[in-house]
Amino acid sequence: MSHATDIRAGSPLQSVLGWLLRNHIWVFLALTIIVFSWASPYFLTVNNIGNILTQGAFIGILAIGMTMVMINGEIDLSVGAVLALASALAIGLQDHMGVWPAVFLGLMSGAALGFLNGTLVALSGMHSFIVTLGGLIGIRGLVFVYSGENALMVPDFSYTEIPEVYLGPISLTAMIFFALALFFQWVLSSTRHGRETYAVGDNIEAAHDAGINVKRHKIINFTICSTLAAVCGILLSMRLGTAEPNAGRIWELWTIIAVVLGGTRLQGGFGSMWMTIGGVLTLAVLRNGLRLLNTPNYVELMVMGAVLVLALVLDKVLNHKGYT
Amino acid sequence: MGQTINGLLRRHGLALAFLVFLGVVALNADAFLSPGNILDVLRQVSITGMMALGVTFVVLTGRLDLSIGSLLTLLTVIVVDQHNIAGPFPAIVMTLLAGLAVGAFNGVLVGFVGLNALIVTLAMLSFLQGLVLLYSGGSNVNVANAQETWFAVFGRGDFLGLPVPVILFLVGAVIAGVVLQFTTFGRRVYGVGGNETASVFSGIDARWTVFWTYVVSGFTTGVAAVIMGSRVMGAQNTIGQGYELTVLAGVILGGTSLLGGSGSIWRTVIGISMLGFIQNGLLLLGFPYYVQWLVTWAVIIIAVWIDLGAKRGRIFA
Repeated sequence: MSHATDIRAGSPLQSVLGWLLRNHIWVFLALTIIVFSWASPYFLTVNNIGNILTQGAFIGILAIGMTMVMINGEIDLSVGAVLALASALAIGLQDHMGVWPAVFLGLMSGAALGFLNGTLVALSGMHSFIVTLGGLIGIRGLVFVYSGENALMVPDFSYTEIPEVYLGPISLTAMIFFALALFFQWVLSSTRHGRETYAVGDNIEAAHDAGINVKRHKIINFTICSTLAAVCGILLSMRLGTAEPNAGRIWELWTIIAVVLGGTRLQGGFGSMWMTIGGVLTLAVLRNGLRLLNTPNYVELMVMGAVLVLALVLDKVLNHKGYT
Repeated sequence: MGQTINGLLRRHGLALAFLVFLGVVALNADAFLSPGNILDVLRQVSITGMMALGVTFVVLTGRLDLSIGSLLTLLTVIVVDQHNIAGPFPAIVMTLLAGLAVGAFNGVLVGFVGLNALIVTLAMLSFLQGLVLLYSGGSNVNVANAQETWFAVFGRGDFLGLPVPVILFLVGAVIAGVVLQFTTFGRRVYGVGGNETASVFSGIDARWTVFWTYVVSGFTTGVAAVIMGSRVMGAQNTIGQGYELTVLAGVILGGTSLLGGSGSIWRTVIGISMLGFIQNGLLLLGFPYYVQWLVTWAVIIIAVWIDLGAKRGRIFA
């Protein structure tokens, strides 16, 4: 890629090209939108776009927390199980204490488990993959211990009307996703915690030597990630009116796919919420578009796999051999 | 004396805790340590165990293989379906070849293209699950003549009083162990996992080494699929879902490091058997099946922490 090296020289066209190379997810998103708009008359309608945003928002909220953790150089596999526990608590506790205290406790369960994950990673020095793989298995066990094998049902269905607030075609769930994404982008780019999260993810030894409290940032990021998973679980329970013990199974995988598709690196130190928004929207558009075209379920799974590998190859070809 | 006990606890704390667990269960459930029950547990772990043998190679190079859950589903569907079409022998050959092919594909992407192993095999997890549905059309397949086929021997048969799947697992473990300890390939696997740069400078082609570990992983998953198909005499479209995590949990529990370079087949056999005995013991004690997940969580954290702490010389990082 010889032309990639002289992009730094700096004419406007070249800087635009350079931006596109680093943020190829938006090019890809535009392409998928163009293809599906051409292939299906139902795709580019206001209603459908509203649907895509709502459908994407659930994985999106998980992806925000995952982005924080990944930039920090770690990974969190337990988000799907945390989501299920929060949703079970938010519904199951309503009988005993009313709606909002139950929702609050659901949120707190997420925060507590995130704090536990983060503390275990920080104190033990274990790979977060191991700690949260344990969490994925064990927290799912907690969900089953709490709710048994049956889905919990809300006592009062007015609970399901809480997220039925729309701004034009945009649902409350989608608005929460975008608000959280913007907020955490601000955290990443404009707060000390954000800057030090990049520093730790980029080079943990150097960050430690520079006097950064590595452990504190890890604990904070894991807490953020699980709390957001709980937010996602509660929104899901509001949308469905039930809490299934198997809710959110393998969602951690979709979340990782969305974040990596966006361009955030697993190795840490690189990424942003903008990229994650791009990845989340691309994933949502692909899933929605393929369904509108009436493709069988297997096409979706295969396309996801292929796209993910393609994104990795693109990222390698465009960025690793060029600059950055 | 205190020093010795301290060192003993640190080095073998987990094994001791496990023995205590075995004792507690045995006192409360008479059947637990009976030969029949022990063979049952071994029969249950033979499928995950077989897969874990191959995954140990991959993990020893510092890579991961998450695709094996979907691969197990795909290969089980293939072996059962082809059994009905082409007969047992061609079905087994095809299944093993398909396992090798998928392993080789993973190996090329990770070893030669140099993509991140976690993401590549995650992508394959999704892709292969799609392939399962494409192949089966969404319906479950069953072996048509389950009562008369000799194919049943791999999952249900006995030989010299031992279940055949257990024999396959143990023989596989011995072969894998010998390959890792006594062959050039085995030493290269440890070399690449221990320090990839150094291994390349010493003339090891890391790309080929990584490639072959994925081929091994694909092959052992193929053997596991033959056992699974033979045992169930059918295949649902989700039969292997989540196996990748159970297998990894077993490998990690044994003490093989995810960073690569440290671990062994012996440790994997121990780790995966421990998972089996914990699961079986808790069921015999009358706990609901999901309690084993909670215990697994605690055991993984404690086991890996103790292991790490012992190597580091202090508990906290």
